[in-house]
Amino acid sequence: MKYVDEYRDAELARTLGSEITALAEPGRHYKVMEVCGGHTHTIYKHGIEDHLPESVELVHGPGCPVCVIPMGRVDDGISIARQPNVIFTCFGDMMRVPGGNGSLLDVKAEGADVRFVYSPLDALKIARNNPDKEVVFFAIGFETTAPSTALTLMRAKAEKLRNFSVMCNHVTIVPPLMALLESPDLRLDAFIGPGHVSTVIGCRPYEFIPADYGQPVVVAGFEPLDLLQSIYMIMRQLAEGRNEVENQYGRVVPWEGNLRALDILQRVFELRPYFEWRGLGFISQSALKLSQEYADFDAELRWDIPGVRVADPKACQCGEVLKGVIKPWECKVFGTACTPETPIGTCMVSSEGACAAYYNFGRFARSKERAGA
Amino acid sequence: MCLAIPGQVAEIVDPATHIAKVDVGGVKRNVNIGLLVEEPGGIDVGDWVLIHVGFALSKVDEAEAAATLSLLRGMGEAFEDELEQLKASDIG
Repeated sequence: MKYVDEYRDAELARTLGSEITALAEPGRHYKVMEVCGGHTHTIYKHGIEDHLPESVELVHGPGCPVCVIPMGRVDDGISIARQPNVIFTCFGDMMRVPGGNGSLLDVKAEGADVRFVYSPLDALKIARNNPDKEVVFFAIGFETTAPSTALTLMRAKAEKLRNFSVMCNHVTIVPPLMALLESPDLRLDAFIGPGHVSTVIGCRPYEFIPADYGQPVVVAGFEPLDLLQSIYMIMRQLAEGRNEVENQYGRVVPWEGNLRALDILQRVFELRPYFEWRGLGFISQSALKLSQEYADFDAELRWDIPGVRVADPKACQCGEVLKGVIKPWECKVFGTACTPETPIGTCMVSSEGACAAYYNFGRFARSKERAGA
Repeated sequence: MCLAIPGQVAEIVDPATHIAKVDVGGVKRNVNIGLLVEEPGGIDVGDWVLIHVGFALSKVDEAEAAATLSLLRGMGEAFEDELEQLKASDIG
């Protein structure tokens, strides 16, 4: 097996950095949004910004599944977790997300049976092994994760598992991008497209961005060099006056996506008319719910949930962070009242959240310096 | 949770339910390969796949998989967490 030679990587990173600098027009400022939280993580972990000229600014996008869950949905989940005879399951990241009245971790400490699982199939197994309990899976994630929930539901249906249900919080990537592009708060120049979402949906869904908004999109992989190469491809498009969707991650992302996964999504889910996104507000047709055929497995139909909208804490500025309007360190409570240990906002909870990434990798001081603060 | 990690298919455990055993950095666990059964060339022992929450999301070539694994090892905590969670998983 061949392994990447780190020295050559560093050399190549430097080369890409100077190519990007050479393409930057003097006097022009470039705002490039990386949509995906996984990319945000790589950018801070590997100090990608250190290779970029100051005129190229990376703006962090809304592609962090945990970050966009509104407080009201956490409360709805908690209300189910508190029911007698329920085993409530979710991904580990979700446990510490604060709702209006504490988190799932708090409810667990109070005695509720809340368990974190690696996969929805683990939740299904818990249901199989506990036929006298109701097992609920709190599903989150973009199109990367939704097919996994869908296949799990198909399996549950085939096995006629009556004690398994899903509280569906799956969201779709294109509507929030459209909302951002329509937002007067933010003027972007280009997008780094999410790699893993695109393995499912492919590259075509982004074509409206160059067509209607005149901005390049480059779907990118997750290595530091992938990101630098994608930024280089974006800068080339901008320098040559082109606007296209390009696929830097072609070795993993097929242009048409995973047709089987898309077909499965179609079968198991349907679009909600609207869904609340933390910080972004209500966005129409931006989330999935279980289709009629799977209604028996819909936790929202099995239990009465409050379904109440809960406003974010006043001090929390996750909304502006998720829209890329402010940097994490510009939030009033960043690193003081809000830390990964005691998060106020979701962006500080998930390792893919921009605030947690800033906080954990110590990019704080440098970015502040760079912004002249 | 959005991390996807590469692993190599070691054994097809149950073709009916699309369960395969994959080797991720020496850790062998069951994952579901149902999303890839219609891929050109199908999916078989020896193939490298990208795994996300217990499901193989796409096929990757071996060199790519090696590069990603070495990168993920460098990521330290996030990769270790993901690997620990995979170890705790009991898909069947």
